[in-house]
Amino acid sequence: MRILVCISNVPDTTTKITFTPDNKNLNTAGVQFVINPYDEYALTRAIELKEAQGGTVTVINVGEADSDANIRKALAIGADEAIRVDAKPADALFVARQIAHYAQEGNYDLILMGKESVDYNGFQVHGMVAELLSLPAIVPAIKLDVNGTAATLEREIEGGKEIITVNLPLVASCQQPMAEPRIPNMRGIMTARTKPLKVVPPVNAESGTVYESYSLPEKKSGVKLIDPANAGELIRLLRNEAKVI
Amino acid sequence: MAVLVLIECAEGQVKKSALEVASYGAQVAQALSTIAVAVAIGDINPDALGTLGQQGIQKVYYSNQPEVKNFVPTAYAKVIAQAAETSGATVIILANSNIGTAVGARLAIRLNGSLATNVVSLPEISGNTFTVRRGVFSGKAFADVNLTAERKIIAIKKNTFEVLEQEGTAEIEPISLAFSEADLAGAPQETIRTTGKVLLTEAEVVVSGGRGMRGPENWHLIENLADALGAATACSKPVADVGWRPHHEHVGQTGTTISPNLYIAAGISGAIQHLAGVNSSKVIVVINKDPEAPFFKAADYGIIGDVADVLPKLTEAAKALNQ
Repeated sequence: MRILVCISNVPDTTTKITFTPDNKNLNTAGVQFVINPYDEYALTRAIELKEAQGGTVTVINVGEADSDANIRKALAIGADEAIRVDAKPADALFVARQIAHYAQEGNYDLILMGKESVDYNGFQVHGMVAELLSLPAIVPAIKLDVNGTAATLEREIEGGKEIITVNLPLVASCQQPMAEPRIPNMRGIMTARTKPLKVVPPVNAESGTVYESYSLPEKKSGVKLIDPANAGELIRLLRNEAKVI
Repeated sequence: MAVLVLIECAEGQVKKSALEVASYGAQVAQALSTIAVAVAIGDINPDALGTLGQQGIQKVYYSNQPEVKNFVPTAYAKVIAQAAETSGATVIILANSNIGTAVGARLAIRLNGSLATNVVSLPEISGNTFTVRRGVFSGKAFADVNLTAERKIIAIKKNTFEVLEQEGTAEIEPISLAFSEADLAGAPQETIRTTGKVLLTEAEVVVSGGRGMRGPENWHLIENLADALGAATACSKPVADVGWRPHHEHVGQTGTTISPNLYIAAGISGAIQHLAGVNSSKVIVVINKDPEAPFFKAADYGIIGDVADVLPKLTEAAKALNQ
């Protein structure tokens, strides 16, 4: 089984987000970048499937050289090889076209990624890759098992879940409880250094959107404290003052 | 030219988020001096669709063919693309839901359009630019994005836009399509529903618990208040990670992002990842015995006290309100 896992290089979830003075770019000073947490669920499940059934796990990232540290981390966790498409990820459409191109070349049985990235929150790349390759996409998947040439997945829906059995190849976007992320061990870190990380050029692709500027949400004006002995007063305020109940 | 909106239904009924989508679409249509039409797919009751005229929709195309009773992204995309073709739609509006985003991505490729998800503003249209504001960095920031392709596809954040109420009845027209095997790949064999609960992503009020609840055995305190307020229940990440509550209740940066009218957080300290998932709630109430809990800085109302003491008092007051 050949599995492709798409990973995105994103600010750590504890990051306090700020922008450059012209509000056109993220202020990356002091920001630590990590593998997108949702992509890590996909990566871990891919490695579990490989360990149980054999096969290879390839990770792909669309990014510049600053992604390499996290690509090596994915190799240390257990991926076999990596592809980095050497380009700034302009938008979801641009990234999806890169991934679709190299996915087609690699003839994968499963293409996995997170349901969204925690930076741009698009929920787009999986659906676009699937459409470009004429594949089914299970979005968002919370469980994935492979039996021969078919996979059985659980998809989260509002107020429940669906059970879906579908033939490979397919695209799935992952969220918890898909798999428990792993911390790379020393042996993994050592072997990751010698695993192949292929840097490839981007294919010609247009983006569909232009990011003009960024802004931060308005700050709250301050908390109104209510005496716990008279907690019921809160309910009155929510009805008469805030008018939300 | 027209604006096309996707109407999501649940058990035959139009979802509240779909009324928001219809209303948003009608406003965009007005800005573009054109009409708003809708497409409804799946387990729908066609008779319930005419009232979308009240949200400014002139015509509703629908498909309730058995193949699309459940959500299948490819088949849905086919129906929507057909409705876009028939109506000459240049703008398509969806809900920022699992359904809306999944079909939006396919439509962006199929119709060669620009897609913006998680949108929180009406578009600013001038000359060649069509700019919307969308939430990025998991609720920590916004980005203004110009949609450059001729066709624009917009998925709007739930509970962010008003529902219009006006006079009017929409015309109804069925769409019937042939679906190939490939169109239907990925259709579910079985659907398992957790019944009787308010849907977290559609809820106007959410009551949420964190580690300060001290254990799953105390969750009735959360549930009782939620019942009294007609609210959905949620939890913080540590609570889902230790298994006190199921993962689908986890709200925060790596869980579900919500924007209810009222979010009540009990025993949640307010880590930056949690705030990211809930900070677009209109009113936030924090109950915590630690006066230094960072969540108080993001709250509108706060009670410094023990959840075991405060929550029953709130439940009692909420019940009294309903009588």
